[in-house]
Amino acid sequence: MSTVKLTVNGKAVSADVEDRTLLVNLLRDHLNLTGTHVGCDTSQCGACVVHIDGRAVKSCTVLVGQADGSNVTTIEGISKGDELHPMQAAFRDNHGLQCGYCTPGMIMSAIDIVNRYGGKLDEDTVRHELEGNICRCTGYHNIVKSVLDAAGRMRVSQAAE
Amino acid sequence: MGVEGIGASVVRKEDRRFITGRGRYVDDIKLAGMTYAHFVRSPHAHAKVRNIDSSEAMKMPGVIGVHTGKELVEDKIGNLICGWAVSSKDGTPMKMGAWPAMAPETVRFVGQAVAVVIAETKNQARDAAEAVVVDYEELPAAADIRAAIKPGAPQLHPEAPGNVVYDWALGDEAAVKDAFSKAANVVSLELTNNRLVPNAMEPRAAIADYDEAEEHFTLYTTSQNPHVARLVLSAFYNIAQEHKLRVVAPDVGGGFGSKIFIYPEEMVALWASKKVRRPVKWTGDRSEAFLTDAHGRDHISKAEMAFDKDNKILALRVKTHANFGAYMSLFSSSVPTYLYATLLSGQYNIPAIYAEVMGVYTNTTPVDAYRGAGRPEASFLLERLMETAARQLKVDPAELRRKNFITSFPHQTPVIMAYDIGDFGASLDAALKAIDYAGFPARKENARKEGKLRGIGFSCYIEACGIAPSKAVGSLGAGVGLWESAEVRVNPVGTIEILTGSHSHGQGHETTFAQLVAERLGIPISQVSIVHGDTDKVQFGMGTYGSRSAAVGLTAILKAMEKVESKAKKIAAHQLEASEDDIVIENGEFKVTGTDKAIALPMVALAAYTAHNLPDGMEPGLKEGAFYDPTNFTFPAGAYICELEVDSATGKTSFVNFVAADDFGRLINPMIVEGQVHGGLAQGIGQALLEGAVYDVNGQPVTASFMDYTMPRADDLPSFKLSHTTTLCPGNPLGVKGCGEAGAIGASAAVINAITDAIGNNKLEMPATSDRVWHAIHGSA
Amino acid sequence: MYATTYHRPSSVDEAAALFTKGSEAKYLAGGHTLIPVMKQRLASPSDVIDLGKIKDLIGLEVSADTVTIKTATTHHDVAASGPVQRAIPALAHLASMIGDPAVRYRGTIGGSIANNDPAADYPAAVLALGATIRTNKRSIAADDFFKGLFSTALADGEIITQVAFPIPAKAGYSKFPHPASRFALTGVFVVKTKSGDVRVAATGASQNGVMRIAAIEAALKANWSPGALDSVTIPDKGLMSDIHGSSDYRANLIKVMAQRAVAAAG
Repeated sequence: MSTVKLTVNGKAVSADVEDRTLLVNLLRDHLNLTGTHVGCDTSQCGACVVHIDGRAVKSCTVLVGQADGSNVTTIEGISKGDELHPMQAAFRDNHGLQCGYCTPGMIMSAIDIVNRYGGKLDEDTVRHELEGNICRCTGYHNIVKSVLDAAGRMRVSQAAE
Repeated sequence: MGVEGIGASVVRKEDRRFITGRGRYVDDIKLAGMTYAHFVRSPHAHAKVRNIDSSEAMKMPGVIGVHTGKELVEDKIGNLICGWAVSSKDGTPMKMGAWPAMAPETVRFVGQAVAVVIAETKNQARDAAEAVVVDYEELPAAADIRAAIKPGAPQLHPEAPGNVVYDWALGDEAAVKDAFSKAANVVSLELTNNRLVPNAMEPRAAIADYDEAEEHFTLYTTSQNPHVARLVLSAFYNIAQEHKLRVVAPDVGGGFGSKIFIYPEEMVALWASKKVRRPVKWTGDRSEAFLTDAHGRDHISKAEMAFDKDNKILALRVKTHANFGAYMSLFSSSVPTYLYATLLSGQYNIPAIYAEVMGVYTNTTPVDAYRGAGRPEASFLLERLMETAARQLKVDPAELRRKNFITSFPHQTPVIMAYDIGDFGASLDAALKAIDYAGFPARKENARKEGKLRGIGFSCYIEACGIAPSKAVGSLGAGVGLWESAEVRVNPVGTIEILTGSHSHGQGHETTFAQLVAERLGIPISQVSIVHGDTDKVQFGMGTYGSRSAAVGLTAILKAMEKVESKAKKIAAHQLEASEDDIVIENGEFKVTGTDKAIALPMVALAAYTAHNLPDGMEPGLKEGAFYDPTNFTFPAGAYICELEVDSATGKTSFVNFVAADDFGRLINPMIVEGQVHGGLAQGIGQALLEGAVYDVNGQPVTASFMDYTMPRADDLPSFKLSHTTTLCPGNPLGVKGCGEAGAIGASAAVINAITDAIGNNKLEMPATSDRVWHAIHGSA
Repeated sequence: MYATTYHRPSSVDEAAALFTKGSEAKYLAGGHTLIPVMKQRLASPSDVIDLGKIKDLIGLEVSADTVTIKTATTHHDVAASGPVQRAIPALAHLASMIGDPAVRYRGTIGGSIANNDPAADYPAAVLALGATIRTNKRSIAADDFFKGLFSTALADGEIITQVAFPIPAKAGYSKFPHPASRFALTGVFVVKTKSGDVRVAATGASQNGVMRIAAIEAALKANWSPGALDSVTIPDKGLMSDIHGSSDYRANLIKVMAQRAVAAAG
């Protein structure tokens, strides 16, 4: 057992957990942040993607010890009160989700993609960059559309800030 | 409020919780005192269980209990059932071996459970499961159809000699033989319909909670049909009586058929919950999903089609072997028979059809309905055959199809189905236009100059959805009726709750069903809640599969709405001192037509519940229910065309264009319909190019994780070009047909037809991996 | 995953000392090789020693002749590095094709080559570029480092500290991804050194892991062009064969990927 201390969605948290605990288990089982999902056991599907220190990573492949001291953002932490993050809004407006299970990971990955590419995103790039997120419902068509739409919205909202 | 009515692409009401991480899936639920189950599973495809020693496991930290299949037998827990009786052509009933939830004596596929460990934590349960020592005596395994039907093959079940479940046939053998004898041309094809793993992104999970004081169970489970689960668990498995079992299917992360079935894990969780007197949670991981979720497809077939000298089809003869895996899953028997052979007429006028289907046991994971269920197999076979015929007869593939299209309706096929309506030429035309078929030869030539092999492939599918008239499926052996129920509750303040037996696990019912109410009453969808997925809330229902929720489930809601509206009109007329016949409903108001007199819905609702001033003899309240039994299947149909390029150096295929022109009848929410098509296409394309569950000769799964089983990713797929043509379904008042499976049914043939066109070699199996395509180009095996 | 004890040392010496104390310790950098295996319960280290937070092991340097990448530098940071993109664009390109974006944020060069997965990308670059692997004990030439499937010249407890890549005259990497795992079904790294030597390494193909391809090296040394390989035949003996790629297909891919790598190298 170890005590880990980290910041999750802006709040300092501390937990006593087994060393074999994965970050995703800490979030889901100990912090009740169940928006982060587990869809595979081979670090491929991306349903568990969260941001650690601003980078989109697979929380199923991070031991809590590795995340100790870091700043974690989950799907629950990206909207400002009732105001959705532009990526969330774009997924809703473009029907970028169906069953919703892959959606939190998709959104967290997609935000990272837009952060890295800014305005230089095109369809091929989005499809390639979504390599680490598997969706079984949408055929990705509307996810790609959502990310491209959100890229535009995020430029506008960044420009406004 | 027309902006939210039928035909409006309204954004989904349910999305907010999903995009903010507030969805509530089974594994998100925690109950006080919850324990965790982990199953001990067979590493062998076929073995006798000589002994199970759990003494070491019982000593491990946190372990509460270890239970085995023998105890299930002692407690008289029923074996898993197959709910559709199919008889062989000689009249004998299908031959089923027993499937206990945990194997007491014999395991017949890798991953079959033999014991369960219940512990305080998930890790403790898994740690202890490894300490359970199972003494197996390995037996030879039959890992695929060909191995299972060979003389001297290992036998799975004593009840099924030769591993044959049934040898079934449909159609007129003599008429087909006669037609073939008169044929000018015969086209034949052998093909495999590859085994698929559904892989809904949410792995299956169950939480069972036994309430000792009430002798009552609650089961939270990842189900597409919670009421059917309750019925089966109570009526057949002897776990709880129906009124002592509540089944809740909360947010469910995709199903695609795999979550229709009642699996051993939820049975055992319920049973164990009573044993340990605490809630028991089981959450499958992806590896368990690969081993235990019912797989799909897995046919090998030979097909022959007879043509006259004008290239009109005379007859079709099909012989199919279908792999059921090691046990007969809940609806497995119907999939390669009544959901497959009945669709073999496709969009074509085929005077005579004869189909034989042999169902076979193998030492593999059970196979059952997966998105499309039988219809993708029929469509793939027929559309590969049509393309092959066009090449052999040297005619344009579009025109060969058009020449043989059914053009007058209703049309009785020789294989049970009576198509009610369609316009196959219209969807083909729309697809040809969308892909610019006229320009294809020039594009192919340009590609050739750049060293690329370009091909085009067609698929004109038809499916039977909205399953189905209960009387009809009953006569074909179904153990249940396939109607749907609904209840409309108008609350005293005028908001509305719709209780439905359909279940939404991605389909968007919370929005589309509300759109019907918005259309009827002219109120915003925000005033309507859709309640589903809980047997305590909804009286009964058959669930969601077979693209039935709009055609059957929504029609049931419509029927209940009509009753509500009728009563509300009476109340409004009474309040407004007008004739009931003069009342019209507009924008949430009940108006006296031709006047400015009106009363708003909330006031009508309030009047119904205060009951101070109702027509004489009227009961208070405003709540009505309805059961709707469809009069026929619905028949969505369409034309898909795929244009792609093949890199001859690597065999890699790249999409140039994929167009889909579908006729789904009336669209409730075109945005959601298109989403359904996209997803279906991805699964059909996945089957064609990427996916395939493979076992080695010993029955060991080769593709048991995403590392080996290729799931379609964003960069494997194109953006799709969709269009719609419309013939309204005459069989239901909404004119809807269903759209959930079309893509998965129609896409794979279009892809394979395109690749074989590009490479000039018609012999290519699915999945058409780069390796296979490269070999098909370069001739080596 | 089995129970384990996690350590986060702040120096290489501390890490090495921890290793000797554990009964069956393992190093972890990004964790994207080890953790998936631990989750499958195929590895059960008593102790996991995290090298990922040791400052001396993170970062990269580019000099006139050499690109030096420290062991815990992530694939993302290599792929995104302007200096690496200018010095050995093929190396940055290779790093940009490993796994997926989330994996590249965590996965490290040291983790990749110490594991020597037969389908990993980095070993092809290390071998073809003739890199030097520096450890806390010594320097090992690439030609001596890879010892077959999941096996290297590293001694028990030895820690890779950095990998030094000589900057070549030309280099290219072409990968045909495994459709499911996205490792290399076959990937070929071609190098023309500043002295005119040619080195070619293939990953994903051989049953013995990353290997040099003498026939292609000879043909390219005579004529550095994709066309020079038209007449080369790669035998399929010793190549992997599975449902995604038979051995003859992989043999073909070695040649085709080599041609494309040469074309990319210019």
